[in-house]
Amino acid sequence: MTATAEPEIGKARLRKEDARLITGQTRWTDNLQLTGMLHMAVLRSPVAHARITNIDVSRATAMPGVAVVLTGEDFAAEQGSLPCAWPITEDMKSPPAPAMAVGQVNFAGEAVALVIADSAYHAADALEAIDVDYDELPVVLDMEEALRDNDLVHPDLGTNKCATWIFDSAEAGSGTNVEDEIASAEVVIERTFKQQRLIPAFMEPRSVVVDTTAGMFTVWSATQIPHILRWMLSAVTGISEHKLRVIAPDVGGGFGGKLQVTPEELLCLLVARRMGRPVKWTESRTESMLSAHHGRDQIQKITLSARRDGTVTGLKVELLADMGAYLRLVTPGVPILGAFMFNSIYKFAAYRFVCTNVFTNKVPTDAYRGAGRPEATFAIERMMDELAVELGMEPMKIRQMNWIRHEEFPFNTVAGLTYDSGNYEAATARAMELFGYEEMREEQARRRADGSVVQLGIGISTYTEMCGLAPSRVLGALRYAAGGWETASIRMLPTGKVEVITGTSPHGQGHETVWSQIVADKLGVPFEDVEVLHGDTATSHKGMDSYGSRSLAVGGTALVYAADKVLAKARTLAAHMMECDEADVEFASGSFAVRGTSTVRSLGDVVLAAHVAHDLPEGMEPGMDADATFDPENFSFPHGTHLCATEVDTETGMVRISRYVAVDDVGTVMNPLIVDGQVHGGLAQGIAQALYEEATHDEMGTLTTATFADYLVPCAADLPAFLTDRTTTPATSNPLGAKGVGEAGTIASTPAVVNSVLDALRHLGVRDIEMPMSPERVWTALQGRPDPGTDDVAAGGLGSIDAQGGQS
Amino acid sequence: MHISVNVDGMTYADEVEPRLLLVHYLRERLSKTGTVVGCDTGNCGACTVHLDGHSVKSCQMLAVQANGHEVTTIEGLARDGKLHPVQEAFRSNHALQCGFCTPGMIMQAIDLLADESDPDDEAVRKGLEGNLCRCTGYQNIVRAVQDAAQRMKPGAGPKQEQHSDEHIAATQPVGGE
Repeated sequence: MTATAEPEIGKARLRKEDARLITGQTRWTDNLQLTGMLHMAVLRSPVAHARITNIDVSRATAMPGVAVVLTGEDFAAEQGSLPCAWPITEDMKSPPAPAMAVGQVNFAGEAVALVIADSAYHAADALEAIDVDYDELPVVLDMEEALRDNDLVHPDLGTNKCATWIFDSAEAGSGTNVEDEIASAEVVIERTFKQQRLIPAFMEPRSVVVDTTAGMFTVWSATQIPHILRWMLSAVTGISEHKLRVIAPDVGGGFGGKLQVTPEELLCLLVARRMGRPVKWTESRTESMLSAHHGRDQIQKITLSARRDGTVTGLKVELLADMGAYLRLVTPGVPILGAFMFNSIYKFAAYRFVCTNVFTNKVPTDAYRGAGRPEATFAIERMMDELAVELGMEPMKIRQMNWIRHEEFPFNTVAGLTYDSGNYEAATARAMELFGYEEMREEQARRRADGSVVQLGIGISTYTEMCGLAPSRVLGALRYAAGGWETASIRMLPTGKVEVITGTSPHGQGHETVWSQIVADKLGVPFEDVEVLHGDTATSHKGMDSYGSRSLAVGGTALVYAADKVLAKARTLAAHMMECDEADVEFASGSFAVRGTSTVRSLGDVVLAAHVAHDLPEGMEPGMDADATFDPENFSFPHGTHLCATEVDTETGMVRISRYVAVDDVGTVMNPLIVDGQVHGGLAQGIAQALYEEATHDEMGTLTTATFADYLVPCAADLPAFLTDRTTTPATSNPLGAKGVGEAGTIASTPAVVNSVLDALRHLGVRDIEMPMSPERVWTALQGRPDPGTDDVAAGGLGSIDAQGGQS
Repeated sequence: MHISVNVDGMTYADEVEPRLLLVHYLRERLSKTGTVVGCDTGNCGACTVHLDGHSVKSCQMLAVQANGHEVTTIEGLARDGKLHPVQEAFRSNHALQCGFCTPGMIMQAIDLLADESDPDDEAVRKGLEGNLCRCTGYQNIVRAVQDAAQRMKPGAGPKQEQHSDEHIAATQPVGGE
C-alpha cells in the first residue's frame, strides 16, 4: 500500500518528534556520557572592563579531581579569533575576539580561565580557587556616550564606532530624496524609541561534548547551525574540515540564541585536542545569561513626513545599535536585516536608513527571533499610530490609505525589495471581525466617558517581514560571507521506505513531521514510511541550517525538487518496465500507470527494480536516490494584522491583555497545528518584550538580570489565550507557496501591545512609555500627567474619531 | 552518605556526597536523563519530578533528602507500554515544540490535576506558574491539561489509564518548593 487517501500537505498531523520528548527518551547534548570524559568549567570575569594583571591557578590545580587549569595565555597561540561572518562595510572596525580573554576583559561574563576535572562538581569547586587580579578600566555602557570616544572599549581601534551602514532610496533609485520630502511635508513627526536589550532564553542551556577518538573530532553541540559551526571551527582551529564532525542532537530551542559559534564550543574542542580525551561543558542558566549573546538593544530615531490627508511621503531612520564588546557571527548585520523593513507595507516615496553600530562593555548582541525586523516593525507601527494621533485620524484608516493594495503586487518597495504577494485588506478584515473592532471602540469610549479606573486600549500592528533567508546573490551584495541556499536528499530504500536528509537543523520546529508530510504527498508513500535525518554533518553533509524563518521556504523547496528528481527517474524506469512511451505514464497516489490501461507499477516496484538493476534502460544508473539544492530568487513576505486589547489599571499601572487576535498570512500551510504553535510562541516572546523582559546592567557593567528570578520570561499566568486565524496568499517564490512563520508572532506583537497600552492612556496625557511597560513604568507615566483641562487631555487618544486633531 | 531511593519503581542504594542535587543524582548516577536542568534558581521547573506523589523541583533538593522516598520521573509514567493520559494529551494538543520543558511541565500538570480534577483556564495557568516554556506561549499546554482532565475523568477510559500516584504510600514531601 503506497496510496495516501488525502493530501498530506495541509493536514494537522501530530508530530513524530513528540514520542521521545513526552517520555524523556531524548538526546540532549548534556545527556551524553563518554568513557574517560572530562568536564570543563569556565571562570568568568566579574568586571566589565579591566586588564588582567595576574592569574594564580596553583591552588585550583592542586584540588581533587582537577586535571588542568588553563588561561587565555595558554591558548593565545591557537585560539585565533571567533568568526564574524558579516563585515557590513569595507571599513568596519572588527576587534580580535578571543574565545578566552588574553590580558584584558571587555565584558562581565567573558571567559578568563578553564578548569578541566573528572566531574562537573570538582571543576566548579576549583573555579573558586583561581585568583585573578584585575586592574579596572573605565566602563563604556551608554551608546551615545560611547560615540564621544572619551573611553574606549578597544583602545587599539581608536574609536567605539564599529561601522555606519546607509541605504538611501534616492541613491538606490528606488524612491525620492527623503530630505526633500521632509522639507516639503505638511506634517513631520519625529520620535525616538528604545529597543531594550533582550536575552533569547532558550530553555535548554548550551552544552558541548567533544570526542577525539577514532581519528576524528566529533562535536556535539546544542546549536542551530551544525554545518556553519563545522566550517567555522575548522577555519578557526585549522583542524581539517573533513576531520571534524558536528552533531546537533535534540536541541531545546534557539530563537537565534544558538545561531552562534561560541567561545565554549571552540574551547571544548581545543581542550579535547590538548588532553586527547572527551570533554563536556554544560552551562548554568546564569552563565547562559552572562555569556550567550543577547538581542535587540537599539536606539531608533525616526522621522516621518506626511500630508495632512494622512498620506505618508518620507521615512528617515537613524539607528544606534549596540554590538556589545565583540562581533559574533552575524552581530553587525542584525540591524541591517531591519533596513529593508521599516517602510513595511506602506508606500513611502522616500526612505533613508542610517545605522551606526557601537561597541560597549556588554555581552555581544546577535540574532534573536526576528533579528532586525521586530525593531523595524515596532518603529513603523508606533509611527503610524503617532501620525494618526497627530492628524486625529482613525489608526486603522491611516494604515489602509497607505498600504500596498492587493492588486498592486508584485510591488517594488522604496527599500529596494520586491514583495511578491499579499493581501493586507483580507487579513485586516478578518482580524477586525474576530476582534470585534467596532464594539471594542465603543467599550473604550464608554470607559473614557465614565472615567473608569481600568481603561481600555486597542493596539494595531499591520506587519510584514522578509523571510526565507536568503537569495545567495543578495547575501553576497550585503557582504555576508555565506550563501542562503538549502539542500535535501531523498534515499529510496529497497523495501520502499524513504530516508530524507535535510540541511535544515530543527530545534523545536517539527521538521521531522512536516518534511515527512511533504515527501508523503509528493511520492505517495505513507507518512510513517519516511524518516528525516538532520543535524549530523556525517549524514547530512551539506546545509545552511535553521534561522530566519527559512527552513520550509528554502529547505522544504529543496526537498520538493529532490522528490521531483526521484519521480522523473522513476517515470523513465516505469515506462521501461511497462514497455510504453514515457509520455503515456501517469503518476498518482504512489503508482505509475499506462494511460488508458490497467498496467500499473507501484513506486516501490520501480524503486526495487532500480536497486537490483537487473534491467535498466540504456545508460541509467542503479538506484533511485536524488539530491537537490535550492537557492531562492527572492525572499518571502509573510504579513498579517494583529489586534490587541489591553486593560490598564490607572491606579496600579498593571496591564492585562484582555483580547489578542492574530491573523497571519504565511502562505500555503503544510501543517496548521504546527503553524498555530509557532504563532503562539512568537506572540509570547513579542508580548514579553512589550511588557516583561529587559536585560539591565548596573553602572559597573554587571548584568543585574542574570537569573530567571530577575529576567522575566513570562509564565502561563502572565499571558492571555490568543485568537489566531489565517488568510492565505501563496508565495510565488517557491513551489510550496510557503512564506515562513517562525518569527511572525514576535515581529507583529510587540507594537500591537505597546500601541494598545498607549491608546488606553493617551487621553490621560501619556505620550510614551519605554519597554518593558512594567506596572511601575506605566504608573510613573500616569503620575506625570498634566492637570485636567489642558489641551493634552482634550486631544483624545487613538480611535477618538471626534478628536479635534493635533497634539502638541 | 548512604541513601536508598525508589525511582520509577526500582530501588537504588548508593553512596552520595551530601551536596549532590537530586537532579544530578537522577541524571548522572541513574542515567534518568529524561529529567533535565533548565536553571539554577528553581524558577523554570524543567527538573520537576514527583516525590511520594507530589511535584518537587529536583534541582532544589539534595539526593540525600530523597532517602527512603519514592521518586517518579517522566520516564516512569508510562505503564505497561501505555502513556499516561497527560502525556497523550500533550502530544494530541501539540503542547510541546522543543520539548525541553515538557518533562517538568507534564509532571507538574499531573500534580495540578491531582489537586483539581477539572481546572478552568485560569487554574491551569496558575497551577503551572512555576514552569517556564519558551516555545508554545502556553496556549496548547493549557489546552492539553484541560484535555487530560477529561481523559482522566472516571468513566472516560480504561481503569489503568486513570493513572495517578495514589498507589504510592502517602508520606510527607520533603524539600522542594
